[in-house]
Amino acid sequence: MNNPEPQVFVFSCPWCCYQIADLSGATQFDYSPNIKINVVPCSGKVEIIDLLRTFENGADGVLVLGCFEDKCHHQNGSLIAKRRVGYLKSLLKDIGLGEERLEMSMLSPSTGPKLEEILDSMVKQIRKLGSSPLKGKSKT
Amino acid sequence: MIIVKQKPLEEIRKMSADYRKILILGCGTCATVCFAGGEREVAILASSLRMAEKIDGKKKTVLEYTVKRQCDWEFLDEISEKIKDADVILSLSCGVGVQAIAERFPSCRVLPGINTCFLGLTEEPGIWSERCDACGNCVVYETGGICPITRCAKGLLNGPCGGSVEGKCEISPEIPCAWQLIIDRLTAMGQLDKLEEIQPPKDWSTSHSGGPRTIVSSIQGESGEK
Repeated sequence: MNNPEPQVFVFSCPWCCYQIADLSGATQFDYSPNIKINVVPCSGKVEIIDLLRTFENGADGVLVLGCFEDKCHHQNGSLIAKRRVGYLKSLLKDIGLGEERLEMSMLSPSTGPKLEEILDSMVKQIRKLGSSPLKGKSKT
Repeated sequence: MIIVKQKPLEEIRKMSADYRKILILGCGTCATVCFAGGEREVAILASSLRMAEKIDGKKKTVLEYTVKRQCDWEFLDEISEKIKDADVILSLSCGVGVQAIAERFPSCRVLPGINTCFLGLTEEPGIWSERCDACGNCVVYETGGICPITRCAKGLLNGPCGGSVEGKCEISPEIPCAWQLIIDRLTAMGQLDKLEEIQPPKDWSTSHSGGPRTIVSSIQGESGEK
């Protein structure tokens, strides 16, 4: 294992999850420094190729955060994201990266403590899996 | 539209195992609409292939390009320089596109990255169903615009058969009986009497059963259909 601390990349919806993460200072909840949060206009805006390239560029795990299906700010964005993540999990298995490196969670701005749990759980899951098998391999 | 489906990654890797530089070539028409071989799918497959090979410790270069149509030679001319950089072309087009590449560039190795499934329509985004068998002798004027050759599992011209149960086909409760659809539609149009005439056996020589087909346009070609 080249890097014992896994790098987890988060694609976050600005209308639910990022509001909680943004308030983490005021609400005094902290999350692991291994997590890099990237705000996207909507979780449904995250394309399959965006997720694949994140893995290709060295992420050990990727987490997509969106609104609850029936509360999506853009109506069906989180549903689109859920379908894409479901498809990509099976593709990651075929690639050899493993489906557990990609997860999606849905929450609302009123569930602050839950975000902390989700982020911690993701870091623990990726730490258990170890570094991405792409790391340490020769460049193609 | 020609309905296509991408082959599993494992099969694609097996086919391309002997090649180091692979050009994944997408097609901007039917394969794009089917979410199987457009620019987006080319990028997804290229990324997947790069990662899978890297995990296995193999050094491969995967190039990406998409043309407007692979089934016409004039659209293939723009890749004549690009193919020089690749050991093989992995075509994400129907079988016509794959063969067009093989004919246009005789020295080029080409692999099919997708399976050509049928002629169909988009019922809703992501769902396609078969509508035409390309038999070369259309009979839907007799059947209310519904093709009994394609949509009836037995291809009956005088249906329905005894396997039609509550409007569904005996092969699956999910599949509507084509002849039930025909009867319902002709009844609604007041043309049910069309079915009183028994249809004679169909001339299948115009279908693929008569061998590979060629059409010469009577306007631009020398004569009509061969």
